[in-house]
Amino acid sequence: MKPFLRLTICILFIWTNSVNCQSKMVEIKGGTYIPLYGRDSLKVTITDFQMDVYPVTNQDYLEFIKKYPKWKRSQVKKIFADDNYLITWKSDSKLGANQSLLAPATNVSWFAANDYCKCQGKRLPTVDEWEYAAMADKTLPDARKLKSYNAYILSWYEKPKTFNNDIGTTFKNYWNVYDLHGLVWEWTSDFNSVMISGESRKDVDKDSNLFCGSAAIGANDLMNYAAFMRYAIRGSLKAKYSMKNLGFRCVKDSNKKL
Amino acid sequence: MKAKQKQKSMLSTLLTILLLTLTVTSCVDNEKKEYNDAADITASREMIAELTSPPNVPRGVGKRKAKKLIVNMEIIEKEGTMTDGTTYMYWTFGGSVPGSFIRTRVGDEVEFTLSNHPDNKLPHNIDLHAVTGPGGGATSSFVAPGHEKKFNFKTLNPGLYVYHCATAPVGMHIANGMYGLILVEPHGGLPKVDKEYYIMQGDFYTKGENGDPGLQPFDMQKAVDEDADYVVFNGSVDALTGDNAITANVGETVRLFVGNGGPNLVSSFHVIGEIFDKVHVEGGSTINENVQTTLIPAGGAAIVEFRVDVPGTFILVDHSIFRAFNKGALGMLKVDGEENKTIYSGVVQEGIYNPEGGGIQEMPIDDTAEVATSISNKSLAEKMESGKQIYMKTCFACHQVEGQGIPNAFPPLAKSDYMNADVNRAIEIVLKGKTGEITVNGKKYNSVMTRQAISNDEIADVLTYIYNSWGNNKTNVTKSQVDQVKDGH
Repeated sequence: MKPFLRLTICILFIWTNSVNCQSKMVEIKGGTYIPLYGRDSLKVTITDFQMDVYPVTNQDYLEFIKKYPKWKRSQVKKIFADDNYLITWKSDSKLGANQSLLAPATNVSWFAANDYCKCQGKRLPTVDEWEYAAMADKTLPDARKLKSYNAYILSWYEKPKTFNNDIGTTFKNYWNVYDLHGLVWEWTSDFNSVMISGESRKDVDKDSNLFCGSAAIGANDLMNYAAFMRYAIRGSLKAKYSMKNLGFRCVKDSNKKL
Repeated sequence: MKAKQKQKSMLSTLLTILLLTLTVTSCVDNEKKEYNDAADITASREMIAELTSPPNVPRGVGKRKAKKLIVNMEIIEKEGTMTDGTTYMYWTFGGSVPGSFIRTRVGDEVEFTLSNHPDNKLPHNIDLHAVTGPGGGATSSFVAPGHEKKFNFKTLNPGLYVYHCATAPVGMHIANGMYGLILVEPHGGLPKVDKEYYIMQGDFYTKGENGDPGLQPFDMQKAVDEDADYVVFNGSVDALTGDNAITANVGETVRLFVGNGGPNLVSSFHVIGEIFDKVHVEGGSTINENVQTTLIPAGGAAIVEFRVDVPGTFILVDHSIFRAFNKGALGMLKVDGEENKTIYSGVVQEGIYNPEGGGIQEMPIDDTAEVATSISNKSLAEKMESGKQIYMKTCFACHQVEGQGIPNAFPPLAKSDYMNADVNRAIEIVLKGKTGEITVNGKKYNSVMTRQAISNDEIADVLTYIYNSWGNNKTNVTKSQVDQVKDGH
C-alpha cells in the first residue's frame, strides 16, 4: 500500500509540475475532411489530438534556450538554423528593443521548433492536423465556406508587423485555440510534403496533389485562395530557414487513447 | 661580324612572322564579332546594373560591349497611396509600382539576385519575359521572406519585356503591383533621343468602390470578374499628374517605354494631341509609323517615340476612355517652349453655324441682347433645370457628376473656394477658357479648360446651377452679368 501511495504522489507531483511549466493544451476531436488540395478520394482522417492554446512565446523560448544552450544564437549549428535565426534579439538571452515577452517566438528554424516540442514531450503538428484545427472559426469546426472566415485571413495579409503582437490578441476558435490566423505563420512537422515547385503555373499540369488546389482558384472557390497562401509559404521554406513571420506551437496525441 | 648580321636578319624574320600571325589572329577575332547567334556573344567584365523607379529610365547601353550584369532586386510589401485618402497594400519589386526598370543589351549575362524583405509575409518569385528558359526564372527564384535567390540568364532577343511575380495565386500577386519592365537593347543601343520615360498601366481591385477612403484590401471576386476599381499608370491615380507630370521641351523627341502589367485589362495607349512617329509594336522589332493609339496587351509592352512640336499639356490615356476619366488611367506630359502657330493655331475664329445658309457669321450682339430681355425672368428652378442639362452635356466629363473634379487634373466645382471667391472670374473662364496654374481648395491645378461654345444665357444658367449645388454660395448668375463680363474685355 505504501509504495503505491508514494508512486501516486510522485506521479501527481510530476503531473502538476509539467502542467505548470508547459503551456495549456486543449483537446481537438478528430474527424474527416477534405483539405485544400484534395478531392473526395483524398479525404483526410485526423485522430484526436491535443494542441497548444497559444503559439510558443518569446518568454517560453527564452526559458528553453536557458535549458538547452545549443539553441543559443551564438552556438546554433549553421545546418540547423540560417543567419536569420533569432536575428532580432539583442543577444543570446535578451529580446530586441521592440519585442514583447508575450509575442510569438519567430525567426526560429524548423529544427529548433521541432526540438523544442520534443523537449516538452510534444511534437509539431502535421500540415493536416494544423489545417484541421485552423479551419474553425469562433463557432464552427469547419468555417472554410464562410465569407467572414476568409475575409479575416485575407485581411491579415494586409496588416504589417503582426509578429510584434502578443499571443491571444486574435480570436478563440471552436476548439478554444487562439491565434491560428492573424498573428504569424506556423511551422508544421511535414511542411515540405506538399511541394510547390515555385513555378505555380507549372504545378497546374503536374500530377501532384497540390495542382488541383491551384487550378481550383476560381470564382467559386475563394476559400482556396486564402488557404493557398499557407501552402505557398510552406513550399518556399527549408528546415533551416527562420522568418520574422513564422512561429510555431506544439501538439501531442490525445491522452484518452493511451 | 657576318655571323652577327645573319643572326640579326633571322631575328627580324622571326619577328615578322610573329607579327603576321598576330595580325592574322586578330583578324579572325574581328570576324568573330559578327555573331550569328546572340548566345555566342561573349560577356566581358562585370557591371552592376543601374535600376530606376518610374517614370525614370537608366542610361542607355550605347556602344558598350556585352557584360556580366549584376541585378539586385528587393521585394517589399508596403502600404502606399492609391489616390487622395485611399491607401493600398502594394507588393513591389524594388519599392515601386511598377518595379525598377532594368536596362540590358543583347548578349548580357545577367546575374539576378531576388531578395524577399524579412518583414514580408509571403514568398515570391520573378518571371522575366526576357528570359529564355522554363518559367522565365520563376522556378529558380521562389524565395521565402528574409531570404534571397540567385540565378543567371543571357539576354538573347532585343525588345521591351514585362517581368512579374508568378507565385500562387499569380493573379493576386500581379494585381497587387508585382510587375515591371526589362529592356534588352540591340547591339549598339537604341537611337539617341532627348527624353525617355517609363510608364506602366495596371488595374486594381479593391473592396470599396473607386474613391472609398482608408486602406482598401484586395478583392479577389472583383479581380475574377475583371471589374476594376482603379486603372492607373505607375501604380496610383496621381503618379503622372500635377507635380508628377513628365516634361519635355518643344523640338525634343520623347521616347516612352510603356508596359501593361494587367492583370486583366488591355490598354489602348494614346497621347491626346500627339501622333506617335514610331511605335515598336508590342515592344518587338517591327516599327510602325504615324500611329494614333497603340494596343498594349496585358503582360506586354510597346516603345513609342514622338517629337513634341508645340507647347502645352498633353494627356496620356488609356483610350478605353472611362478608365481615363473615371478610374485614373490618366497622365500628363508638359511641354515648354515657343508656340508654333503653323502647326497649331489655337482658336482663330469663332462663329455661329447656320446650316440653312449664310455660312459663318459673327455673333450678332444685338440679337442676344434682345433674347436676354425676353428670358431674363426665368425662375431659379427653371435656371437650375436648364443649367443641369447644360452641365451634363458640357462640363461633367471633366468636372464629374457631383462637381468633384479629378484630383490633380481637373479642379472641383463642389465647395470650391475659387468659384465662390469671384463670380466674374468664373464667368470669364467659361467665356474665354483658362490655362495655367490655379489653386482650388488648397490644391494646385495646372491644366487647360477651353472656352465653352455656349450662349451667354446658357452660361448664366449653368453657373447658377453650379453655384446652387454641392455646398457653393448660392449665387444667382444673370445673363446681363455674363454680358457685362464679355463686353468688359
